[in-house]
Amino acid sequence: MGLLPRLLGKLAGIAFAILVIATINFMLVHAAPGDPALVIAGQSGATDEKFLEQVRAEYGLDKPYLVQLGTYLGKVVTLDLGYSYRQSRLVSDLILERLGPTLLLMLSAFVLSLVGGIAFGALAGMRQGKWSDLAISLVSLLLYATPVFWLGLMLVLVFSIQLAWLPAFGYSSIRAASLGPFGYALDVARHLILPAITLSAIYMAVYTRLMRSSLIEVRFEDHVRTARAKGLTEGAILRGHMLRNAAVPVITFAGIQAGALIGGAVVVESVFAWPGLGRLTFDAVTARDYPVLLGLFLVTSMLVIAVNLLTDLIHRLVDPRVSIR
Amino acid sequence: MLDFVRTFLRRPAGVVGLLLLGLVCLMAALAPVLYPASPWEMSGVPFSRPGENGMLLGADTLGRDVASGILHGAQVSLLIGIASAGTALLIGVTLGCIAGYAGGFADMAIVRFTEIFQTIPSFVLAILLVAILTPSLGTIILAIALVSWPPLARLTRAQVMSISQREFVQAARCQGQSTLLIVLRHVLPNAISPVIVAGSLSVAAAILIEAALSFMGLGDPNFMSWGYMIGSGRTVIRQAWWMSLFPGLAILLTVVAINLVGEALNDTLNPRISRA
Repeated sequence: MGLLPRLLGKLAGIAFAILVIATINFMLVHAAPGDPALVIAGQSGATDEKFLEQVRAEYGLDKPYLVQLGTYLGKVVTLDLGYSYRQSRLVSDLILERLGPTLLLMLSAFVLSLVGGIAFGALAGMRQGKWSDLAISLVSLLLYATPVFWLGLMLVLVFSIQLAWLPAFGYSSIRAASLGPFGYALDVARHLILPAITLSAIYMAVYTRLMRSSLIEVRFEDHVRTARAKGLTEGAILRGHMLRNAAVPVITFAGIQAGALIGGAVVVESVFAWPGLGRLTFDAVTARDYPVLLGLFLVTSMLVIAVNLLTDLIHRLVDPRVSIR
Repeated sequence: MLDFVRTFLRRPAGVVGLLLLGLVCLMAALAPVLYPASPWEMSGVPFSRPGENGMLLGADTLGRDVASGILHGAQVSLLIGIASAGTALLIGVTLGCIAGYAGGFADMAIVRFTEIFQTIPSFVLAILLVAILTPSLGTIILAIALVSWPPLARLTRAQVMSISQREFVQAARCQGQSTLLIVLRHVLPNAISPVIVAGSLSVAAAILIEAALSFMGLGDPNFMSWGYMIGSGRTVIRQAWWMSLFPGLAILLTVVAINLVGEALNDTLNPRISRA
């Protein structure tokens, strides 16, 4: 098959996925106890009968379900995610302005978990059965079982409250405006450290275990023995002949995990008051602001699909044998 | 069976996990004995430090005993973990069996559906489900089950596909047994063991999701939960670390225990896979 038909097939798959996700949203609105108009309007905020009438007319709530679904899907396609009565803003605006910080957090955590996981996993794999291997395996076992939000709180307890090294919450300091562009970036980076570590921890644990077993497998392959027979040092063999091969399954898996990363971001942002989609979710949950929640579900799903496409591309760069499926 | 137990007990990690899990179950069982009063009730001076005023793990902002909350929370965590993993197994095994045995269009449709469900950010969907359907034990269990079934369905499908090619299944088909009977009596019993292991591990994942949901304020308001305790203690963490620390340790302990048992179970049931 040529590149174009494969690409088209992939796009069709994506369109279908978005259709299914939007349909889930639609079904949820109707599964909710009570009047769907109240759900669309954001139950607790809207008792305004006029506004409810407007919602009913706009979404055609007196028409058959299929027509309603069509109306809703039409809105989704044109990126009309509704109106938050609570915040008096368009949902799409609310989400758009929070997208940046979340992407920054996700990207930092993704890179950190991958780099850390590959490094620790390689270290453990090279020293299989030794002290450092046991220590790394034990720590990753514990991290894998740690609730993300609790880990964040404990890091705040140690590094912000006890040691006062890093800020406990927020995106930047109050005095950030006076810092200049470089100082501002540094300030945001300081605020980013704890949330990024928190979000990456559990994935780092997973990738460490994966990388460890992957490296142990690669260590006994023929081409590695050849390199050793050639007289290369262990370090050179690791860098030149093992790391890349062993990292491929880890990167593949990391791409699949991207979806869970945004779920973790929701919790981490709630802990650190990071002004992204997660914090928006937390506030929307607290206020029972359903239009925002529905919009967030749609946008985060699309984000995952986009991230998956991206990791697919990166994967192709790392491993040229992989082609678009 | 005895052989199975002996192989299992040969793994130190599995034994440690089993002991820890036993401890958590004991905590849940002893909750009504040691702390007969409701964990929501004020039982001492607010902000009591651990050990003060006869409260082993201290009191929270409203004077509720943290230790009592942890024991009662163990019941809720185990209940939700097991119930939602069970429901996820039911959904996953059913869909996996249909896809794996029927093949063709049904298989393709279910695989597509599962793939889409795996792309959806599961925690966001869980939040949405619980928030819209209003938080209660039932909706929390349902929401966790609805986001946890896809890997179980995929695993079941793969297992069923390979088992249904075997001779004894072909023999049953030649005898003219009904499809349902073949799947239930011949295919499933031989395909299920890795799925059960995965299901036991998803109990741990379910407990983590439940904790995160109740931390976000989406717990059942009638039941004390570890996540809720951490969520309500976080605002005063500067003055009172114990309100957040101990419930978190309880979650960590439970999840580690289940993971250790699940992995040992996996090693015992699939010795060849584990050695690789």
